[in-house]
Amino acid sequence: MNIVVLVKQVPDSGAERSLRADDNTVDRGAASNVINEMDEYAIEEALKITEAHGGEVTVLTMGPAGASDSIRKALSMGPAKAVHIVDDALRGSCAVSTSKVIAAALGGLNADIILCGSESTDGRVQVLPHMLAERLGVAALTGARKLTVDGSTLTIERQTDEGYEVVTASTPAVVSVWDTINEPRYPSFKGIMAAKKKPVDTKSLADLGVDASEVGFAGATSTVLDHAQRPPRSAGQKVVDEGDGGVKLVEYLATEKFV
Amino acid sequence: MWIPPSDEARDLLGLVEEIAEGELTPETAAAHEARGEFPREIVRTLGRAGLLGLPYPAALGGADQPYEVYLRVLERLAYRWLTVAEAVSVHTLSAYPAAVFGDDTVQKLVPDLIGGERLGAYCLSEPAGGSDAAALATRADRDDSGYVLNGTKAWITHAGSADFYTVFARTGGPGRDGISCLLLDATTPGLTPQPRERLMGLHAGAPAQVVLEDAHVPADRLIGAEGQGFHIAMSALDAGRLGIAACAVGLAQAALDYAVAYARERTQFGSRIVDFQGIGFMLADAATGIAASRALLYSAARLRDAGLPFRIEAAQAKLFATDTAMRVTTDAVQVLGGAGYVTDHPVERWFREAKLLQIVEGTNQIQRLVIARSLAK
Repeated sequence: MNIVVLVKQVPDSGAERSLRADDNTVDRGAASNVINEMDEYAIEEALKITEAHGGEVTVLTMGPAGASDSIRKALSMGPAKAVHIVDDALRGSCAVSTSKVIAAALGGLNADIILCGSESTDGRVQVLPHMLAERLGVAALTGARKLTVDGSTLTIERQTDEGYEVVTASTPAVVSVWDTINEPRYPSFKGIMAAKKKPVDTKSLADLGVDASEVGFAGATSTVLDHAQRPPRSAGQKVVDEGDGGVKLVEYLATEKFV
Repeated sequence: MWIPPSDEARDLLGLVEEIAEGELTPETAAAHEARGEFPREIVRTLGRAGLLGLPYPAALGGADQPYEVYLRVLERLAYRWLTVAEAVSVHTLSAYPAAVFGDDTVQKLVPDLIGGERLGAYCLSEPAGGSDAAALATRADRDDSGYVLNGTKAWITHAGSADFYTVFARTGGPGRDGISCLLLDATTPGLTPQPRERLMGLHAGAPAQVVLEDAHVPADRLIGAEGQGFHIAMSALDAGRLGIAACAVGLAQAALDYAVAYARERTQFGSRIVDFQGIGFMLADAATGIAASRALLYSAARLRDAGLPFRIEAAQAKLFATDTAMRVTTDAVQVLGGAGYVTDHPVERWFREAKLLQIVEGTNQIQRLVIARSLAK
């Protein structure tokens, strides 16, 4: 079972994040960049599957040169190798053109399963797994909280607001996961050392046969026109207890429809 | 301040901080200590990350790290949670005789002992013999296929949780030359861990006695030669003392940081209490003591890493660092005042834990004895 895990580098969602003033893209320079949290669950799931069924895990990342830190981090968890799509023309790419580039890169990787997080903590559009499956002409098993592999049959429990749905498909397929699916392992010290020597294949747009005009700002199907900082939190409403504090609290909760 | 001697060491410490951040939270530590529950799964997580065999050679499955780096890992673990740092220290000590003095047969077992899934216990002390280890009474008598052990070992960290026990027992006559070192599986019939001691601190890592009653161990589990046990034990203790010193530095630093944060927040008479000299000088002394402890610790470690004698320096580091930790944690309680005496803040627990470090791996009086003897001869 050959598995490709899509790993995106994003600004740490636990820290202050912002968009750049000049072109409204994510400000990566000012941020502490980490592996998109949901992708760590995809890596863990890929490792568990290959540990049980054999095969190899490849990390696939599209991102600037600095994303190589996240690739090494991903490799330290256990995957065998990585492909890094890096090209200045990719800056400003929308989800549609991102899926085009990743689909092109997947062409040569012969994956039985393409695993990814259900969303990234920077863009949060959640459409990439679907777009990718469409471009590759394979099934999309999205939003998995559980994944079972039985030969070439994949079965997921697709997490919904009400409960879950059981969905099956044959390989090859795209599977996206939520953070309910497993508990990602820590890298081991030996894993960190080994990761430094694992092969990382760098691909440009030209290598993938994608024209620069189809991606980046030039090819974007959506553009962020403007952005503003979230307004600071306003001071809360203070209730002074003059014997009727309880009533006032309940009245407030009622206006917020809590009671 | 500690400067990683290599990129590898920097990456290792980064991993330790990552795991500590995720697993060794103040809430987890406080809850386990309150319940007296040993965090076996957390230690397993550390093991799987490769942290249970750091100073041993790669050929034995270790991480081939200098002692200086291993001790810095212990210091950072102790900064978060002493029980876990102690567990790593005791485990590493337990594997020491097999890794350093074992013959080929014993050394073949070492990769499994330090591979991360297994936990070790170090059995030297006895109810009637602590500091005077040469007087130990546990017998290991030859039979056709090995040794039969009888006796009681005391203060055994990981008793009941351990997978292997490194046991010192008497194979010959009285005195230090009659002692040998043996490696026992936890499943050995006749090896029975007793109920855990109820301690002043370190509730989660509380030790217990281990009773050996006709416990049989095959002859090829003898570590080193017969009669070499005392030498092995003392050699292991030299390294172990550095481990305790590292734990003391981490614990003291945690207490200082907590007290400083509190003293900057807390105001009395219209100013932050950190600005009162009565408080500020206490904190300054604590910071200086910790810096000095750290300097002693790592200079002793670098001697060891260079293959030079370090017994006296290890005793000095253990003595100074643990006495400093006792003083710093005592003062941290004082800085917090009444708040320091309630269990909502961790400083009273750290104060209770620090006391143990002045006693284990040779009481601080024994450390002074070691140092004084070296001056007298």
